[in-house]
Amino acid sequence: MMPDLATHLLEIIQNSIAAGARNVCIRVLESIVSNTIVMEVEDDGRGMSEETVRSVTDPFTTSRTTRKVGLGTSFLKGLTDACDGSLSIESELGKGTTVTAKVRRDHIDLPGMGDFGEMIMICIQGAEECDIRFEYGVDENRFLFDTAEVKEMLEGVSIAEPEILIWIRGYINEGIERVKEIGL
Amino acid sequence: MKSLEDLKKMREAALNKVQMREGGKDYRVVVGMATCGIAAGARPVLNRLVEETAANDYNCVVTQTGCIGMCIYEPIVEVFGKEGEHTTYIHVDPDKAARILEEHIKNGHVIEEYTVDAAVNGGK
Ligand SMILES: Nc1ncnc2c1ncn2[C@@H]1O[C@H](COP(=O)(O)OP(=O)(O)OP(=O)(O)O)[C@@H](O)[C@H]1O
Ligand SMILES: [Mg+2]
Repeated sequence: MMPDLATHLLEIIQNSIAAGARNVCIRVLESIVSNTIVMEVEDDGRGMSEETVRSVTDPFTTSRTTRKVGLGTSFLKGLTDACDGSLSIESELGKGTTVTAKVRRDHIDLPGMGDFGEMIMICIQGAEECDIRFEYGVDENRFLFDTAEVKEMLEGVSIAEPEILIWIRGYINEGIERVKEIGL
Repeated sequence: MKSLEDLKKMREAALNKVQMREGGKDYRVVVGMATCGIAAGARPVLNRLVEETAANDYNCVVTQTGCIGMCIYEPIVEVFGKEGEHTTYIHVDPDKAARILEEHIKNGHVIEEYTVDAAVNGGK
């Protein structure tokens, strides 16, 4: 159902956007040294009550009205369970939410990374007004991307123009490749 | 290698384009991007819509929406015209998405066989 890690993360980011976040920070941190991948989405959206947090990995929890089950977070729980990992959700009403998923990097059932550039492109396209930061790392090497910087350069032109979105996708994927090469 | 400086040139090009084009775009192309849509393959569909729109400067804006309430038909692409007319395309894949832009947005023809109406009427 979820072909790769980027698609899983996209789900979690869509929840942040649906929760009215103005700022979303996404981190994908690989560690060859500790054989882990940590994926984290931090938002300043409306947050959840303790009760919602407890039940959120259960597919029968959703605030949707179009169907009775929510799927996004329970898919991610399935992934961390299957790959020797853990899922943590910290949230406070009115403050925001941080979802952190950790998996074993060389786990045989771990899906591929997927296209993170495309993932960010889709998030920007769906929520132009939201500021998105993306951090990718392999051990101590980092790539950083911030829509606030891009918006400043673009003054007066929408970040959601299709040409700009495609450029962003390429820029991010180049940055990720560079970090991976240094890591080798 | 790309650098943030590239954005300056892109900004100018975009501003020129906006000046040439009077008023807004005629069509709105909306993709369902809730979990049901994404799990069914909406992601490559949206990707293709953005690419084709950039490459051909189609007269539409591409946007996203949540769950449309017809999960079994995902990926769903809805096209809204200027006069409020509305078409729902179902089980869209990237190639169908490209065809929808070319036929519907560029040539103004609805592709009946891809629509939800065709599926519902054909099923009875
Ligand atoms: N970042 C968040 N901020 C606030 N509430 C959240 C957040 N993430 C999840 N929730 C709450 O948890 C519920 C369950 O989320 P989940 O992604 O599992 O399902 P959904 O978003 O409702 O539906 P689906 O993902 O299937 O389209 C949401 O409806 C929402 O109320
Ligand atoms: Mg969700």
